[in-house]
Amino acid sequence: MKRYSENRRGRLPSAVLTGLAIASVAVLTACGTTQGGGGGSEGPKAADELGKTEGAVSILAWPGYVEDGSNDPAVDWVSAFEDETGCKVTSKTYGTSDEAFNLMKTGEYDVVAASGDASLRLVAAGDVAPVNTDLIPNYEGIYDFLKMQSWNSVDGVSYGIPHGYGANLLMYNTEAVTPAPTSWDVVFDKSSEYKGKVTAYDSPIYIADAAVYLMAHQPDLGIENPYALDETQLAAAVELLKEQRVNIGEYWSDYLKEIQAFETGDTVVGTTWQVIRNSLAEGTKAEVVLPEEGVTGWSDTWMIASEATNPNCAYEWLDYIASPEANAQATEYFGEAPSNQAACDFRSEGSCESFHAGDADYASKIWYWSTPIAECLDGRTDVECTDYSAWTTAWQEIKG
Amino acid sequence: MRLSRAARGILGGLTVLVLAGIYLPLFVVFVNSFSTSTSLSWPPPGFTLEWWAKAFRSEGALDALVTSVQIASVSTLIALVLGTLISLALQRYSFFGREAVSLLVILPIALPGIITGIALNNAFRTILGVQLSIYTVIVAHATFCIVTVFNNVIARLRRLGTSIEDASADLGAGLWTTFRLITFPQLRSALFAGGLLAFALSFDEIIVTTFTAGAGVKTLPLWILDNLFRPNQAPVVNVIAVVLVIVSIIPIYIAQRIAGAEKIVR
Amino acid sequence: MTVDATAPPGKRMTVPPPRDTLGRRGSVFLSRHRRLRLTLLLSAPLFWLGLIYIVALVALLITSLWTVDTFTGQISQTWTLENIITVLTGSLYQTVTVRTVGVALLVTIVDIVIALPIAFYMAKVASPRMQRILVIAVLMPLWASYLVKAYAWRSVLSQEGILNWLLAPFGGESPGYGLPATIITLSYLWLPYVILPIYAGLERVPDSLLEASSDLGGKTVSTLRLVVLPIIWPAIIAGSIFSFSLSLGDYITVNIVGGANQLLGNLVYTNVGAANNLPLAAAIALIPIVIIFGYLATVRRTGALENL
Repeated sequence: MKRYSENRRGRLPSAVLTGLAIASVAVLTACGTTQGGGGGSEGPKAADELGKTEGAVSILAWPGYVEDGSNDPAVDWVSAFEDETGCKVTSKTYGTSDEAFNLMKTGEYDVVAASGDASLRLVAAGDVAPVNTDLIPNYEGIYDFLKMQSWNSVDGVSYGIPHGYGANLLMYNTEAVTPAPTSWDVVFDKSSEYKGKVTAYDSPIYIADAAVYLMAHQPDLGIENPYALDETQLAAAVELLKEQRVNIGEYWSDYLKEIQAFETGDTVVGTTWQVIRNSLAEGTKAEVVLPEEGVTGWSDTWMIASEATNPNCAYEWLDYIASPEANAQATEYFGEAPSNQAACDFRSEGSCESFHAGDADYASKIWYWSTPIAECLDGRTDVECTDYSAWTTAWQEIKG
Repeated sequence: MRLSRAARGILGGLTVLVLAGIYLPLFVVFVNSFSTSTSLSWPPPGFTLEWWAKAFRSEGALDALVTSVQIASVSTLIALVLGTLISLALQRYSFFGREAVSLLVILPIALPGIITGIALNNAFRTILGVQLSIYTVIVAHATFCIVTVFNNVIARLRRLGTSIEDASADLGAGLWTTFRLITFPQLRSALFAGGLLAFALSFDEIIVTTFTAGAGVKTLPLWILDNLFRPNQAPVVNVIAVVLVIVSIIPIYIAQRIAGAEKIVR
Repeated sequence: MTVDATAPPGKRMTVPPPRDTLGRRGSVFLSRHRRLRLTLLLSAPLFWLGLIYIVALVALLITSLWTVDTFTGQISQTWTLENIITVLTGSLYQTVTVRTVGVALLVTIVDIVIALPIAFYMAKVASPRMQRILVIAVLMPLWASYLVKAYAWRSVLSQEGILNWLLAPFGGESPGYGLPATIITLSYLWLPYVILPIYAGLERVPDSLLEASSDLGGKTVSTLRLVVLPIIWPAIIAGSIFSFSLSLGDYITVNIVGGANQLLGNLVYTNVGAANNLPLAAAIALIPIVIIFGYLATVRRTGALENL
């Protein structure tokens, strides 16, 4: 844990420089422009230039994304930001993407870290504004394969800065599940072998995992993108998940629950995150694998509220958190791959490797969470796709 | 009815058994607060004081504790005032709609927390148009805390009767004087008991709080929830729980002393 | 407004004639106007409960008659019975309602069955000193945080947990995660809220009454049934309101120890949190509201609420 403070000390000079640079830009454009809100039918517009910082910024993020040392004095990348920019950070954490979407509706937050299953909904609801990436110097250092993707841009307009990414992998108990699985069939078609000890992620977005499996095993369904399912395709996925439900021991959404279940053997196979594998107690007989069918995953995006009261501090935060040092700290603490190419220099040894950071081939096997919408994400126009609310209803029916 | 020795023995045995059941999970919490396992797995693989050290250095926990105490104190205070008023009204007067009022008091606790939570969330944001903050939490908590005060106070009032108050009035004391010098002292232990329960109810409430807390308002239960989601923080939460249980002896003990002293006087 | 309470002992206390202050006049005025006194007592609490709580509830119920634009998440105020019909006819809601009510009833029964003997021991058998210690012992777990206790049960009930370890010598087994685990954990969480009112109720039963009953030839069982039970019945009901309604709306415990099951609370929560569909959530919320009102109406007929 000591490395954080060392890092902080190590990067202060560059941070000061960045701060100065930003300050001078701010001085040059001192005539405080605010967010182009109320843009009529066109929706919110991105800022053209930055003004004076407001002295405060309110952030909504996953737990572990905005740490100010109050939980653990060694885990702190917010204080440096506050010192540099004078923007005082208040933050609120959320447990699921859906909660985030809901909280953004209160209009109390300037910045949100949204996963792909929330980002498009936020855009459609007009809750977030486009982000002018020219105003964010650190944007340049972001991996290209994360930029301008379907979950962080709409019609070629960027809506945010990629933060970290990861895959929803398959974890199995090496004693109970032999031979070592290479396919998701252990949690679907063969799940009855592990009846009562199978786990799955507790969210409607998990339907996409079933869709990924069906893409490989039932090509007749013609699924091109697991987030673009028409009625029949959704029905097939729901059917598969209902069969799986019989064998599920429990669903998980907080990872303490899954860690416990794997350590005690209450669960032996199911979806997981790499960080959960890394957090298991030493000697736990569990491994993770990226199955042959491919996986779903997430790539989180820092977005700015369309009605942000502190847009300039919001831009400061987006730039700061995309910097190699801050990006490294935040993503390592949370347990995911960083988005900044240089971030691995600031992470502890081996941590980037275990998350396959920057491995474009590995990243290409991930279907990143996107919000399913009626307009098919795979480009089909002859059919209407099922949207997230249909998925939610389906998910409740699956759980029964 | 005189209980036989055997019956007393059985009752005592059951009591011990129930208490054992009550303290078994707390024992697990206690042991886990020294465990080297970050996931609270059983049996603990090793012993460490790390979490205790971390807990006492944790500003987040301390802030959350302060917030929770503030919220619980203010809502308890509001509940004490409103609960006393309402029990005086219901016990001393009969009027049309009396039953409806007593139902109204019970309702916020009788309806599930999630309903109270979303109803208040919706009302605060869309009807009243206020931003969620620490005050909205206080309002919500006070609403469902009234009932515990009400229950205790009305039971006491019923037992007291009005003879002493009447005597006081006959001797020329005004309403306020009578309340201050006659009614209130007799209610004190009931108020303390009701207030203590109200405080506990508010202090540990999580569902209504989730829906009514504004950005940056972090009560202890919300902090705990957060930390269960954070990597490698779970045992710290156990430390907090152990400390709370131990500290809680003090107010409960005081409440007991007050109640006990009154009994002797009576 | 002072009363001379410090008169020397032995001397006959004389009450000084009341001074004619504004407060005094108000007091006299009030004691002559009973209605006004009542109004003053009631106005603040009714203002609070009525304006904040009832308005909020009614607004929520109205919301259930609206719909939501599924993608933008905005509520559109077009009147429709769609949500109500969905909830009334959907088999999902029926299954989950039955499951939830079952869980809540079982939790309540378990709690009362556990609470009665311990409350009786506390109130009627234990010495005053022991009584005090027992009340503290029952109240203390209340402070150990809901979440911590729920996670502790998760640990206790796990297949590697302390329960299996304790039961193994007797050939027993932990029920694992699922509905039984949910019932156990919820009963545990609400137990103090049930013990306390029953204990308070039993304390009010005068010992002389019990003795009279046995002097008149009443057996222990009939004394309990005919004398004690009617007196503490309202207390039992008061306790049951806590355990029943707290269980009816819970969604956190079932997530932690309930395996793959969901209860009504989860459906409401998912529809507010996940689906952002407040109208549907409000419609689902009608189910527990109706159940609770039904429950309160039933117990009111027994006269229990009057004596709560």
